[in-house]
Amino acid sequence: MDALATLLGYLLIVVVVLGVLAVLALAVGTRAGRRKLLQLVVVLLVVTFFSFSLLHLTPGDPARTQKPFATEEQLKPIREEIGLNEPFLVQYKDWLFNFVQGDFGRDYSTNLPVQDSIGKQLGVSLQLIFYAQFLALALAIPLGIFAAYKAGTWFDKSANSIAFGAIAIPPFVVAFVLIFYLAVQLGWFPTQQYVAFGTDPAEHFKHMFLPALSLAVAQIAIYMRLLRSDMIQTLQEDFITMAKAKGLTNRRILWRHALRPSSFTLLTAAALNFGALIGGAVVIEFVFQLPGMGLGLIQSVSTRQYTAVQAYVALIAVAFVLFNAFVDGVYSVLDPRIRHARAAAA
Amino acid sequence: MPEQQPPESAGTALADDLETTGLVADAFTVEVAGVTAGVQPARKKRLGIGAWLAIVWLVGLILAAVAAPILPIAGANETFTSIQRAQAPFSTITTTGGGTTTPFAEGHVLGGDRNGHDLLSRAIYGARNSLIVGFGAIAFGILVGGTLGLIGGYYRGRIDAVIVGFLDIMLAIPALVLALSLTAVLRGRVDDLWILVIALAIISVPVLGRITRANTLVWSEREFVTAARAQGAKNWRIMTREVLPNVLPAMFSIALLGVAVVISAEAALRLLGIGLSITDPSWGGIINDGRDFLTQGITAHVVFVGSAFIFLTILALNYLADVVRARFDVREAAI
Repeated sequence: MDALATLLGYLLIVVVVLGVLAVLALAVGTRAGRRKLLQLVVVLLVVTFFSFSLLHLTPGDPARTQKPFATEEQLKPIREEIGLNEPFLVQYKDWLFNFVQGDFGRDYSTNLPVQDSIGKQLGVSLQLIFYAQFLALALAIPLGIFAAYKAGTWFDKSANSIAFGAIAIPPFVVAFVLIFYLAVQLGWFPTQQYVAFGTDPAEHFKHMFLPALSLAVAQIAIYMRLLRSDMIQTLQEDFITMAKAKGLTNRRILWRHALRPSSFTLLTAAALNFGALIGGAVVIEFVFQLPGMGLGLIQSVSTRQYTAVQAYVALIAVAFVLFNAFVDGVYSVLDPRIRHARAAAA
Repeated sequence: MPEQQPPESAGTALADDLETTGLVADAFTVEVAGVTAGVQPARKKRLGIGAWLAIVWLVGLILAAVAAPILPIAGANETFTSIQRAQAPFSTITTTGGGTTTPFAEGHVLGGDRNGHDLLSRAIYGARNSLIVGFGAIAFGILVGGTLGLIGGYYRGRIDAVIVGFLDIMLAIPALVLALSLTAVLRGRVDDLWILVIALAIISVPVLGRITRANTLVWSEREFVTAARAQGAKNWRIMTREVLPNVLPAMFSIALLGVAVVISAEAALRLLGIGLSITDPSWGGIINDGRDFLTQGITAHVVFVGSAFIFLTILALNYLADVVRARFDVREAAI
């Protein structure tokens, strides 16, 4: 239904999960790998424990906070449901078991299961992050290549200065500037709201463009500068001189010969940047009122639905940890230097 | 094809950073890496005009924030009917109840917000909160993260493994989500400002800790440390007198970037309705106050005033961080 982007998003999740499993399978073979695995498990346990204890850090009775106008009689089943009568660690164990099985508890302001709303929101957030990352790379790669090619010229210098400035602008400021000029004054884009891809693809992209661009601006600057500095180094290499001597066109040398060896840092940064994008997406979803997980988290916070907050934070953190582990694992498979360095260190 | 020399191996430096940070980085680290990469080392000893502008802006801001009560500006919560725009309650349509909010009107240089506050005074009093949160959180972060990093990098072995594991775990939750959830659950327990400082300090600890540790690892290998040890100096003395002074510039550079990140995070939280309360002015608060004006197409300058203060401050901090890094970075100096 809600097609491509969501599908790609879910595909990404599947790939990450499969990747993690594959890396795990490989890791069990080596001592360093087993240690890495153990670390991953510990990190996951601590992170989920932290998310779980958020409910208990709140002042007052957690059940009362979530349903402020209920009578004592009505609160009883809620206490039972959250498990507040159990010892703390038993509560954590029960919560974790439910969490792993996809039971995230209930939002007591609407009485709906949290996983239902998260299920709807996940796609929107994934779309936003995916579009932003795509936009950032699509613009940063040509800019970075060209800046490296023209290193030292006015283009390079001004691109660098602009990039330096762009990094200093928080995404929400970019969002407001874009909203004011492109949405309010020119009326090219809507200021808020979300339209599903399945409902109207053209409107969908129209509604997603400004949010994605707001998130992407700082990333474009970061990626461009990373690629530029690596590319300048690559262009000094002998094989580039060789390619030039063979009479290849500049375009071919830049895109076919120089880009690949220069893109390692860029891709690492892009992969690890998902954390920044998740954080930024929370604010951007709020500004543009996109019904993603970030907006869901904010709404749960402002209605004091801390059971839901637990679930959101845990889910985001677990996804983030697994994704980083996946990137790490992929690199140790792709780049033997890392693997050997690890083996030597272990 | 360019024939000139590569402007120093910023890329390799980043790759080193990424490797020393164990590839588990997050927003903060990547941002830091992105900012520092591609910077050309300062060959001149003197500060450039950009650095001076940045210093002047920051010093001016700090002075204005400290001296706010004795400056000839309106009080932070003082309202003026001349700039007040009455807003019908619960309505999305703003009715103009006389007065204006635009800049340069009736002695209000930056104009006013919808509550009739003078924006200049709002921004200067806001600087107090934003700077207290920014520098306060990072001071705390340096204290905790720096100590952990120094101990881990110096002693290595088991202690180091525990510290690194601890920092890794803190990095495992996206910074803004961590700050958001901490602020959310802690509110009502302590003063709003302190909650913010604590929450944002916690997100800065792992970043500062990692950088300190990575630098301590390098400096602890140097000859003068061995020499000090041979002379019978105590570990504590070596750490504080031999290693720390050399690690400080790197910490200082990252700390400046950290202040910038924290200021932006504070504004983001305020925007999300989780930061300081309405009566406490902050730059994020100004943006939040002007948001409705902007989306309704009435006026954008309220949002832009708040944004400009945030942008210029972050820009100045980032620039200075680069200057500090370029001046003190051993990797880039010709040894």
